[in-house]
Amino acid sequence: MGQITLQGVRKSFGPVNIIKDANLDIADGAFVVFVGPSGCGKTTLLRLIAGLEDVTGGQILIDGRNVVDVPPAKRGLSMVFQSYALYPHMSVRGNIAFGLKMAGLPRAEIDRKVEAAAATLNLTPYLERKPRDLSGGQRQRVAIGRAIVREPKAFLFDEPLSNLDAALRVQMRLEVTKLQKQLGTTAIYVTHDQVEAMTMADKIVVLNAGDVEQYGSPLELYERPVNLFVAGFIGSPKMNFVSGEATGRNDAATLGIRPEHLRVGQEGEGWPGTVSVAEHLGSDTFLYVDAGKLGTLTVRYVGELNLKAGDPVWLSPDPARLHRFDKEGLAIRT
Amino acid sequence: MARKVTSRHVVVSTAAAWLFGFLIFLPILWMVLTSFKTELDAFAMPPKFLLFHWTMENYATVQSRSDYLHHALNSIMIAGGSTLIAMLIAVPAAWSMAFAPTKRTKDVLLWMLSTKMMPPVGVLVPIYLIYRDFGLLDTRAGLILILCLGNLPIVIWMLFTYFKEIPKDILEAARMDGATIGRELVYVLTPMAVPGLASTLLLNFILAWNEAFWTLNLSTLDAAPLTVFIASYSSPEGLFWAKLSAASTLAIAPIVILGWFTQRQLVRGLTFGAVK
Amino acid sequence: MATQQTQVLGRTLLAPAVVLLFIWMIVPLAMTIYFSTLHYSLLDPGTESFVGLENFRYFLTDPAFLTSLQNTLVLVGSVLAITIFLGTPLALLLDQPVIGRNIVRLMVIAPFFVMPTVSALVWKNLLMHPVSGLFAWIAKLFGATPIDWFTDAPLLAVILIVAWQWLPFATLILLTALQSQDEEQKEAAEMDGASALSRFIYLTLPHLARPITVVILIETIFLLTVFAEIFVTTGGGPGLRTTNIAFLIYSQALIQFDVGNASAGGLVAVVIANIVAFFLVRIIGRNLET
Repeated sequence: MGQITLQGVRKSFGPVNIIKDANLDIADGAFVVFVGPSGCGKTTLLRLIAGLEDVTGGQILIDGRNVVDVPPAKRGLSMVFQSYALYPHMSVRGNIAFGLKMAGLPRAEIDRKVEAAAATLNLTPYLERKPRDLSGGQRQRVAIGRAIVREPKAFLFDEPLSNLDAALRVQMRLEVTKLQKQLGTTAIYVTHDQVEAMTMADKIVVLNAGDVEQYGSPLELYERPVNLFVAGFIGSPKMNFVSGEATGRNDAATLGIRPEHLRVGQEGEGWPGTVSVAEHLGSDTFLYVDAGKLGTLTVRYVGELNLKAGDPVWLSPDPARLHRFDKEGLAIRT
Repeated sequence: MARKVTSRHVVVSTAAAWLFGFLIFLPILWMVLTSFKTELDAFAMPPKFLLFHWTMENYATVQSRSDYLHHALNSIMIAGGSTLIAMLIAVPAAWSMAFAPTKRTKDVLLWMLSTKMMPPVGVLVPIYLIYRDFGLLDTRAGLILILCLGNLPIVIWMLFTYFKEIPKDILEAARMDGATIGRELVYVLTPMAVPGLASTLLLNFILAWNEAFWTLNLSTLDAAPLTVFIASYSSPEGLFWAKLSAASTLAIAPIVILGWFTQRQLVRGLTFGAVK
Repeated sequence: MATQQTQVLGRTLLAPAVVLLFIWMIVPLAMTIYFSTLHYSLLDPGTESFVGLENFRYFLTDPAFLTSLQNTLVLVGSVLAITIFLGTPLALLLDQPVIGRNIVRLMVIAPFFVMPTVSALVWKNLLMHPVSGLFAWIAKLFGATPIDWFTDAPLLAVILIVAWQWLPFATLILLTALQSQDEEQKEAAEMDGASALSRFIYLTLPHLARPITVVILIETIFLLTVFAEIFVTTGGGPGLRTTNIAFLIYSQALIQFDVGNASAGGLVAVVIANIVAFFLVRIIGRNLET
């Protein structure tokens, strides 16, 4: 019911290409996250699907039907905005009911659905309040309530959690994921936070300056990134990239190894360096190591490692987890 | 402002502020006081401040003069009519510039504002001649037309700024919720724009009420609003100050009171956004 | 960014306003230009003849023009000076913690909303009358002879009336600007050891520079065409002492009925206003970007 396909979708503003050539197949019921740095086009892509912007070329199919010339009001999608975009002059009830009212449903049915949605989101005590009398988290839930009550073909989320404080964000992340699984509706979720992407998504679309760099499950992106960009974007702390003679290898232009896969070894084994900063979190230890010609390497050690600034270390990468990239930045697969 | 405010600071500031405020307000206050005096008291030297025989006879005289009411009605119709017509033209124009802007929008807006900067006296001659030839002199319609055109740039500008303040994504949310453009306008845009519309209406009504160039030059009797009527008191007909004060108080009181409510709009409307 | 549909709609909705203002701009202006090249007097209609730039030469060399130009400059300059030099301290005062601040504010703002003809007559008769006016009484209190304002200092009288009307405007604008000043910046300066006076000179005054410029430009545009106050009090006199350019053109058009000359004068006024407008529009334009 909520299958979305993008074929050759392009968007430009004059000479500037915001989206270059997007081809995606989003399965019904999937939770897909668009992620990338600022300006990569993820929000534009979302708005193209929503119909709030016109495509410059290509097709957008919703359940097989090309909607490129269909206005947003008729596409059967719901959107949750970053600023929530609640109607300030209407109560919570009015906000949630608005879409149903536009659809011409009878009053009794509207009330029933609104109350059901409010109950799911714990908004029942606030139904008669106006948005200005609600907290950020409550407004967020009203925005979600407004989206779910119309039973759309898909939900579109535009960075909905970025205006919340850290603790609330973690809580809402879980709630949104649970809700989506419960409803089984397709969801497209835009965020710049790769942790949100990794934790919530069934599949992730990594965008960079208008290009779809990779489309796959979180684990695929983590274990088999197709290029330097994806490898460096996914994973926190960032993957270490080294190149040149000092690596001791010549089978790749660039080597990549994640901080959690760099082993601190015995003297003489691997690459030498000096600890410049050591962070002890108790659960993990992060080392920032000055490795001369190889630059600064980040090491993540699970547990406590008794090293401090100035200590010499020897680092060796886990060979099974080493990534190799050619001079175009593409991953070399054996 | 300093964080710790001494009580001496407050006392000095308060005294100074009230002193200057009173001095500035004095002419108006004096006028209102004079309106309650008899003509003899109004002319008396030394002037009587509060201890005089308070009377309402001037107000009664002014109100019983049917021409006063006639001119007051003219003021209402001309100020009201020109503002309403200006709003009718301006609302779509401002909507278009705020929500469907093009590369040219900013230039168009600046051009519109510049038309307000043209000195009216520069086109006095042709307007007068056109009005004479078309029988528009001393007609309410003629005054409504010209005041409407004169205030149109300000009305458009103010509405534009109010519309711009409506968050775009709320309108987009309405679109996603299934609203056509018409319903988006009726159910979402208009309710949110009502305060801005009201403020614009109010300020421009006031500006039209007080307009004293075209009204003085293009009307004499039939269509003359209060600005002209009061001006006719300028040739003295003996002792008439108290009556003049009464007529003036009546003419300005509603506007000054309304004006108190439009301070913020005044800054917005007349500085064209050059001051935030 | 709007979609196609909204773009088309937008252009249609904008059309009436643009067309109307365009006609309002072009037609009278074109006619003024046309008339200014004619010898055209309403007193002998039908004897119009083309005289080219003769009217301009006549107008610009007419001593009445020079006097009116001087009066205009004095009027505009004085009112600007009074409103800015009184308005700034007044705005600063209103920014302080004053008890009953809102009432004081209302008293200060009120003159702007009084119609010009009322202001002028109240000042002329109730305040400035040499025998029974309030000012006369104050002068006598101090043992001085009351000034016969409209005989001895007519232009000054007009200046005072106009300045009184526009002081609230300047004060309100500057007060708004003061209240938008960054508190944290002032606090940082205080932490850095700056005294109240230093903070005023180095932070507040520069912040006020832009609003003061705007006030000057906007007031100039409106002050160039002061009319009602002169019309109602002095009729331009005694002689030409209170005639400004606007009044001169008016008297040529509607008293002497010399259309050709008045049109030439009108164009001169337009040119002067345009120069000021150019700068104002530039500032507004810059602000629109942000």
